[in-house]
Amino acid sequence: MDYEIVIGLEVHVHMKTRSKMFCSCSSEFGAEPNTHTCPVCQGMPGVLPVINKKAVELAIKSALALNCEIAPRCIFSRKNYFYPDLPKNYQISQYDIPLAEHGFLEIPGKRIEIKRVHMEEDAGKLVHSGAGIEGSVYSLVDFNRTGIPLLEIVSEPDISSSEEAYLYLNMLKQVLQYLNVSDCDMEKGSLRCDANISVRKPGGEMGVKTELKNMNSFKAVQVALEYEAKRQIQILDDGGKIIQETRLWDEKKGETFSMRSKEEDCDYRYFPEPDLVPLEVSEEWKEEIKKGLAEMPSIRLQRFVSEYGLPEYDAGVLSSSRELADYFEECVKAYPKPKIVSNWIMTELMGLLNEKNISISECRVSSQSLGEMLKLIEDGTINGKIAKEIFPQMFDTGRPAKEIIAEKSLTQIIDQGEIAKVAEKIIAENPKVVADYKAGNEKLLAFLIGQVMKVTKGKANPQLVNKILREKI
Amino acid sequence: MELNELACHELHEKLAKKEITSMDIVKAVEKQIAATEKNIHAYITIFDDMEEQARKIVDKLTSGQVDKESLLWGIPVAIKDNICMDGRRTTAGSKILHNFIPPYDATVIEKLKNAGVIFIGKTNMDEFAFGSSTETSNFGPTINPSREGRVPGGSSGGSAAAVAADEAILSLGSDTGGSIRQPASLCGVVGMKPTYGRVSRYGLIAFGSSLDQIGPFSRDVTDCAILLNALSGYDSRDSTSVNRPVPDYTKALTKNIRGVKIGIPKEYFIEGINAEVKKAVERAIETLKKLGAEVVEISLPHTEYAVATYYIVATAEASSNLARYDGVKYGHRKEGTSIVDMYGKTRADGFGKEAKRRIMLGTYALSAGYYDAYYLKANKVRTLIRQDFEKVFAKVDVIITPTSPTPAFKIGEKLDDPLKMYLSDIFTISANLAGIPGISIPCGLTKNDLPIGLQILGKHFDEEGILRVAYAYEQISKRGFYGL
Repeated sequence: MDYEIVIGLEVHVHMKTRSKMFCSCSSEFGAEPNTHTCPVCQGMPGVLPVINKKAVELAIKSALALNCEIAPRCIFSRKNYFYPDLPKNYQISQYDIPLAEHGFLEIPGKRIEIKRVHMEEDAGKLVHSGAGIEGSVYSLVDFNRTGIPLLEIVSEPDISSSEEAYLYLNMLKQVLQYLNVSDCDMEKGSLRCDANISVRKPGGEMGVKTELKNMNSFKAVQVALEYEAKRQIQILDDGGKIIQETRLWDEKKGETFSMRSKEEDCDYRYFPEPDLVPLEVSEEWKEEIKKGLAEMPSIRLQRFVSEYGLPEYDAGVLSSSRELADYFEECVKAYPKPKIVSNWIMTELMGLLNEKNISISECRVSSQSLGEMLKLIEDGTINGKIAKEIFPQMFDTGRPAKEIIAEKSLTQIIDQGEIAKVAEKIIAENPKVVADYKAGNEKLLAFLIGQVMKVTKGKANPQLVNKILREKI
Repeated sequence: MELNELACHELHEKLAKKEITSMDIVKAVEKQIAATEKNIHAYITIFDDMEEQARKIVDKLTSGQVDKESLLWGIPVAIKDNICMDGRRTTAGSKILHNFIPPYDATVIEKLKNAGVIFIGKTNMDEFAFGSSTETSNFGPTINPSREGRVPGGSSGGSAAAVAADEAILSLGSDTGGSIRQPASLCGVVGMKPTYGRVSRYGLIAFGSSLDQIGPFSRDVTDCAILLNALSGYDSRDSTSVNRPVPDYTKALTKNIRGVKIGIPKEYFIEGINAEVKKAVERAIETLKKLGAEVVEISLPHTEYAVATYYIVATAEASSNLARYDGVKYGHRKEGTSIVDMYGKTRADGFGKEAKRRIMLGTYALSAGYYDAYYLKANKVRTLIRQDFEKVFAKVDVIITPTSPTPAFKIGEKLDDPLKMYLSDIFTISANLAGIPGISIPCGLTKNDLPIGLQILGKHFDEEGILRVAYAYEQISKRGFYGL
């Protein structure tokens, strides 16, 4: 029998602020353990939280980009539970009055409703001497991550397949990266995703859901959801019942296993955080942030087509990340032939980026430098072949094209006298070829051009060689 | 009179004229502590560097490290042991923090350092400020200096007793439901709870975050105004502190209260109130009338719900605030076989009976299925109580009540009857729920020479209004003469 799959996703991302959510400690990733800490994020007695305005700004920005309604007045709440990575033994989060609600995100062919967007603080990191907290002689706590601002984005259960979940995550990542709100890097832990999934007969009542945790990549989310849907369907087909529970994804085994049932769930005893006053978002503040909103990927794609005359495919590739799109536009400013720029970025540049596995932001060839190189092709200083030869060196060293050309004396030979000398020599050395060409075998001209190019080590301007050979023969 | 028996403003005059030095005052205080502390036990920790602090004070004044305008420089001050001081053990009266040394100063401590005070030590208190008698301290009870065998009130009993026993010139307390005003009343000194948000809570070990406020203890109203000047002001580290200018509170001390409207809430003169207390307060009201104040009866109809409301809101917040004391990061730890076992053993061993009771109460009030009936309901009633005051303050300038229904009770008398103990704050709790300021000043003695306190409550941020009335009454009642 057929089943419908119902999925809702809860995504947490680290917001890119300089300091933590409620204190002025650095929120930088990767520092020595417990060096980015202070009495506030260590939960010492008597300390108080103060809201990071920048974090609120980024959260509002994200919520606006996700088409949410921003609450004019929202509150923070305490989520109470004991765990050694949580120094206060409560997390400051948002509960009954979150920052934003009722938004949506478009994925190809579908609109996924966003239930809520709220802010909270991250917990610290535990390092166990053995397997897990109960199986260890000791565990160490690193509070560097404690208090890093998190944005939680909860979707409605509008996602109907693991593929849609995968698309949703990619679109969401694209939006948040575009806004410069987050790196959305699952490996660094700057994006985490929990999934709720249930199955039902088409049009029937909602099924019992399970919550999946511990997926370490978007692909893992997709595979885990596929597995879990099959598992649930199998149980129902066998006449069994789904138990409401939290299940962990085991990447190695490729299956989910039960972590705790609903009965074992914590009572978090949420209540309004008395150390913070309600957060008011004025219309003016909202409008100011709205004005500064970056162009969203889908809109930029359309603009690339209409403004630069790019094919839809090129526009799609170039607008897929904000950095790449910015790179393209800056490059076009330096060399205003969009299609040529697009070709170079999509083939040569992205080829090398993929090969070396680095991102555009780490690329050593600036958009300006690429533009200048394209100009050198256009004005005849180098030909396309040479350009393709020197580009990897530019890529590796970050040096401008001009420098490399000068050093290797790769400047194109456009001195007609010089080319004529070589051409005469080649004609003299190949009387048979010349005779056949004269007799009507036009293709042989290419052979002669090739010979001239060979002697000039590829530096001769091919158009000039062509013209001079024709004249001489 | 010995120097340690004088008020701060009297000592300041002598210091300014160079008749005495800060060292002279410190030595007088040390001598008094040596003589009486063993009977009073006002302190948990007494600093051994008081004389060193006094030696440095003149240099600090000349180098500008201390504010030259300060009326507090060179004055020995005691600090309640729930206010964090950098490098000084701060216990909150609890075993669970018996070895905790904060690496930071509370904002009020920074302010007092700038004002150039001499820190005497950390005063005794009910564990985490949970109590009205200072008997729940892990370090043993404080004895009321007026009479052996009586409690000093609480939770700031040590701070009140230190000033009353001349072991300090001034002290700081904290008031969540009456913890400054009630012990001030029971010990016969002046104690004020400022408006919620007037004084920064940064560095105050939290009990009920929406109720807690730090405030001064002093010998007289003038000193109260001087210390309040130094403590008040907005602090960017405390989001609940309010950004509004701080007036010079000593300017309110004019003696003139002609035409001031005083409200007397009928709900506060109820059965169960001690007859001598009632009589003393009524006599004080008559005195104020004769000074030209207009006295009207008012009603605060939700008064009877204040204690119940308070014990839900305060314990709910406390249950969450005290969760951090778990043996993981600092303070007391009792090892266990697992993390959960360690939590359990540490907290079972580290918290006293009253702390456990309040954690349980608060946890229950916030639990799923009970939240609406308790915590949410209590907050609605809290709003009604606040509105009671708003309505009344549209008509009167201040409200006068007894501070405590009884004078100092015997040690052990109420310790095993929490409800009875909770009722000793019945007149002070409403001010914390409403966030308004209140002061307790002495208004007489019982036949047994036990002090009686008069409470004056004011509008939000109208500390000047209550200081004005308190000062006018004090000037008439000085030297044991409490009525006209």
